[in-house]
Order: sequence, then structure tokens, then C-alpha cells
Amino acid sequence: MLFDGFAYGMLLFLLSVGLSVTLGMMNFVNLAHCTFAAVGGYCTVTLVNRLGWPFLAALPLAFLAGALLSVVLERALFRRLYRASDLDQCLVTIGIAFMSIAAFAWFYSTEPQSARPPAYLIGSFELMGRNFGTYRIFLAVAGLLITALLVFGLEHTRFGARVRAAVDNQRMARGLGIDVDRAFMLTFALGGGLAGLGGALAIEVIGLESTLPLSVILVYVLIVVAVGGLGSIRGSFVAAIVLGITDTAGKYYFPWLGAFLIYLVMVALLMWRPLGLFGKR
Amino acid sequence: MANVKLNPLEVVFWLCTLLPFVLAPSYLSLASQIAITALFALSLDLILGYAGIVSLGHAAFFGVGAYVAGLIAKHYWTEPISALLLSGLAAGILGYALSHIVVRFRHLALIMLTMGFGLLLAEAANSASDITGGADGLQGFRVPGVLGFGFDMFGRTAYAYSLALLFLCFLVCRRIIHSPFGLALRGIRENATRMPAIGAPNLAHLRKAYTMAAMFAGLAGAALTHTTSTVSLEVLSFGRSADVLVILILGGAGRLYGGIIGAIIYMVARDQFSGVNPQYWYFWIGLLLVTVVMLLPNGVLGGLSALHKKRQ
Repeated sequence: MLFDGFAYGMLLFLLSVGLSVTLGMMNFVNLAHCTFAAVGGYCTVTLVNRLGWPFLAALPLAFLAGALLSVVLERALFRRLYRASDLDQCLVTIGIAFMSIAAFAWFYSTEPQSARPPAYLIGSFELMGRNFGTYRIFLAVAGLLITALLVFGLEHTRFGARVRAAVDNQRMARGLGIDVDRAFMLTFALGGGLAGLGGALAIEVIGLESTLPLSVILVYVLIVVAVGGLGSIRGSFVAAIVLGITDTAGKYYFPWLGAFLIYLVMVALLMWRPLGLFGKR
Repeated sequence: MANVKLNPLEVVFWLCTLLPFVLAPSYLSLASQIAITALFALSLDLILGYAGIVSLGHAAFFGVGAYVAGLIAKHYWTEPISALLLSGLAAGILGYALSHIVVRFRHLALIMLTMGFGLLLAEAANSASDITGGADGLQGFRVPGVLGFGFDMFGRTAYAYSLALLFLCFLVCRRIIHSPFGLALRGIRENATRMPAIGAPNLAHLRKAYTMAAMFAGLAGAALTHTTSTVSLEVLSFGRSADVLVILILGGAGRLYGGIIGAIIYMVARDQFSGVNPQYWYFWIGLLLVTVVMLLPNGVLGGLSALHKKRQ
């Protein structure tokens, strides 16, 4: 069960890490982040069910779909809103989420969709007397792999150094000749792509409905970002794992509490540290 | 206090609100929903438009008002006016309690906290199903009428009741924002560091405004309960908090009539469009929202007044 929670946490991490970085970098409150996840999910559903692609081959395309949409939105709309108030950013992104919900309902109906993973990822096996779901293991491994790639990319490459510089001090980064706009666009694409990938992987765990962009998953993603601290990948990682395990354990041991416990913990944490556990600013 | 008196245009507006009785008797129950939503949006305007507190969980107070009114009607008595006042008081007390926390935060933490409190309350109402009826809602009571007028099936009394409540609350809000206290609130919104420097107690002002907004939202919730005789979990939902924000922004925040105009546009449009296709209604509202924020930063009313100034 601890492991199930961990796998769920990895999923939440994939969904939220992009938002964390973009929020930390440009202070842009993007409530449409889960739209990218839904796009990735629907892309996978289409490829697997209608065109007969193998599940694993559809995943990179889910990433691309999320990345593409986020770049388009960033260039067309969000770029104009970096200096706007929190409220305006909230409203425009909620508007986009609303529109995407209606669009998904239009193209895919409001029925929950599914895309079966291949047979070798279904089922479970025993290890040291415990039962493990194969798909959960796949999730955990994939999640860890992507995290490792992400950390390596951000800590040991030139691109990563630029992004970190822009998050820490945008004006200084600009002064040093870093093209912050471009770095931000790429980060946005990366974040949207990871969300798309997360959305595709999540179909099997949390399902896929047209209301996903404004569902409880968005709340969880925001919790991860707010609790983990803006722009902190490590913070998001820890917060996502803790949230995943708490949520799974809570549903198992205290089903009557529902999500109450999660919200309570979030409110308490935010009151204690408004900038999140690992927030710097 | 030069502009405390209603000007002629406002008198005409309020007279127009009586028109549905004559012109559209079959839409009176929609009109009463609009009046209630307008009051809810007005309460949000007090904190968002005047004090600059962004809230994504304002439905918490609406819901508390609705549930208190429902519980009173179900278990105690069905006289609405006293129940209305008690519901407003209950929401106000909750607002006062939360205001101590909320006013200390800004930006993302504020948005997350207000949303968190709203969700917390919705979950609590869902879990305490032996009191609130859970997902089935609170049913099995009926408020027979108000001040001797029975609630009829055409919604005549319901609209009169909601409209009277809206008008009274509007007058109170108007008085508040034209008072020195209202001026201080706008000062805080414009420059939160300068106001304490000239000796205004920022946090105390914000707490007061938040409490009052909560109270008005509670009154709106109670009126909804009285006119519909049911309470569902939806009154506490995140969707309701988001809707009222959309309504206020659509009409124009910080100008009292914004919430009312927004409620009229939004509710009438929803009534018309969702008859055709309820799911796709959200597409239009989303598009409207993006357009209003990008092109009309002060809402419909702000756009109109800018146009008016240009003409002059």
C-alpha cells in the first residue's frame, strides 16, 4: 500500500512539476495546467483505441501534444499576462480550462475514456510475500527515471543553468544576457509535456473524463506546488510523494474522511509556511 | 457624503427590476435566482473589488447560510425572516473566525487558502451526512411563505422576497463603501504598505470587510434555501465559488452594480444556452471570460463607462 501511494505520488509529481517551475519562474498562476494532462490523455486514447498504436509508443506523442499546446497558449495568451495581476491570470486560465472541458466533451463525449496498457503491464506478481501491481511498478520506475533525467538536465546542463538562473533572479539573468523569454517558453513546453505524459499514464489509475482540467486532480496539483514551494523540484517531489501516500492511506484506513485530511494538512502547512516547505522567496 | 443618494439612473435601474412581474411572469423563478446570485456577487465585490482580497472559496459562506437556513426550517421553525438573520449571523461568525487567517496572506497562498477552506467545508458537509443529508442534500422541509405571502409555484413571492433582500443589502453595501471605512478599504487595495503608514489599521479593516462579505453571502445562501426548499452539496462546491468570481469579473469588480449586471448576463445566458446543450455552455463562458479579461479589464460596466468618457 505504501508502494501504491508512492506510485500515485510519482504521477502527481509528473503532473505538477511543470506548474511548479513556471509559477516560480514568472509568478504565473496557471489553473489550466491540467488541460495539458487531459490533452496528453486524450491523445493516447485516440492513438491506442482508434489507430491501434501500442501503448508505449503513444506516450512520447502524449508528451509532444502537451508540449505543443502549452507553447501555443504561452505564445498566444499567457505571454501578455506575465505582468498582470494574480486575479487576471487565474481568470484567463480558468476560462481556458472551461473551454477545454467543453471541447473534450464535444469530441470525446463526457463518458470516461480508457486506453488499455499492454498485457505485460497488467496484473500483479508476488515478491517477498507481498503483492505488487505491475502497472504501479512501471509507474514508479518511469517516474523515477524521468525525475532523474529532469534533475540531471536542470543541474548539469547549460539549459538547466539558465532556467535556474531565471527562476532565482529574473532581472539578473536578463542582465547576464540569458534569453529569459526563450528559456521560459522551453520550460513551459517541458512542463506541459510532462503533464501530458502524466495524463497519459494516469488514465489507468485515475481515469480520464472531460472534466479533468478542473477536477480534484487540479486541486492536488496546486497543493503539491503550494506545499512544495514555488520553483523547487525537490519540494514538489517530496510533497507529491507525501500527498500520494497520505491520500492512498487515508482512503484505505479512514474512508469516511474522504479528502478532508488532505485539505486540513494543506491549510495547516500553508498557514505555517505560506511559501511552501522548500520555498525560498 | 454627496453621492449617498440614489441618482436617477439608479432609480430607473431598480424600477426595471420590477418589470419581470409584468413582462415575464413565467421567468420569475429564474429572476429570483438571479437576484440571489447578484447578492452573492455583491458580497464578493466587497472583498475583491473594494478590499482586493482574491477568494476562490467564497461559496463556503453561501453554503453555511444555506445549510443553517435549511436546518432551522427542517428541525425548528419555518418563519423565514428570523432564520435568514440567523443564517447571516452564522456565516458572519465563520467569516470573522477565518478572517484572522485570511487577511495575513497574499498572492498564491491566499488563493490556495481560500480554496482550501472552501473544499474543507464541502468535504465536511459531505462526510456529516446525518446532519446535512450528504450527497442527497437536505430535503423534506418547506417554507410556506414570508410575511403572510405564500410561496407560489410561479415564484412571485420568491422573486419579491429575493429582490427585497438584494435591494436592502445593496443599500447597506452602498452606505459601507461610501463611508470613510470604504475609502480606507480602497486605500488598502491600491497601496497596502502606505495605509498603515498614515495610521490606518489595515488588518482590522480587512477583517471587518471579510466578515461583512461572509454575512451577505450567508444571507444569499439562506434566501436560496427559502425559495427552493432544498439544500444540495452544490451550494458549497468549488464550481459555485468559481462561477461567482466569473460573474463579478464579467460585470466589473469594484463598482457595486458589476455583480448585479454580471448575474443578469450570466444567468440569462446560461438559461438560454444550456437549454440547447448543457456541456457546451462552458465553452462560451470560458471564451467570454478570456475576452473580458484580455479586452475589457474592468468588465462590462468598466467598458461602458470608458466608452461614455470617450464620447464626452
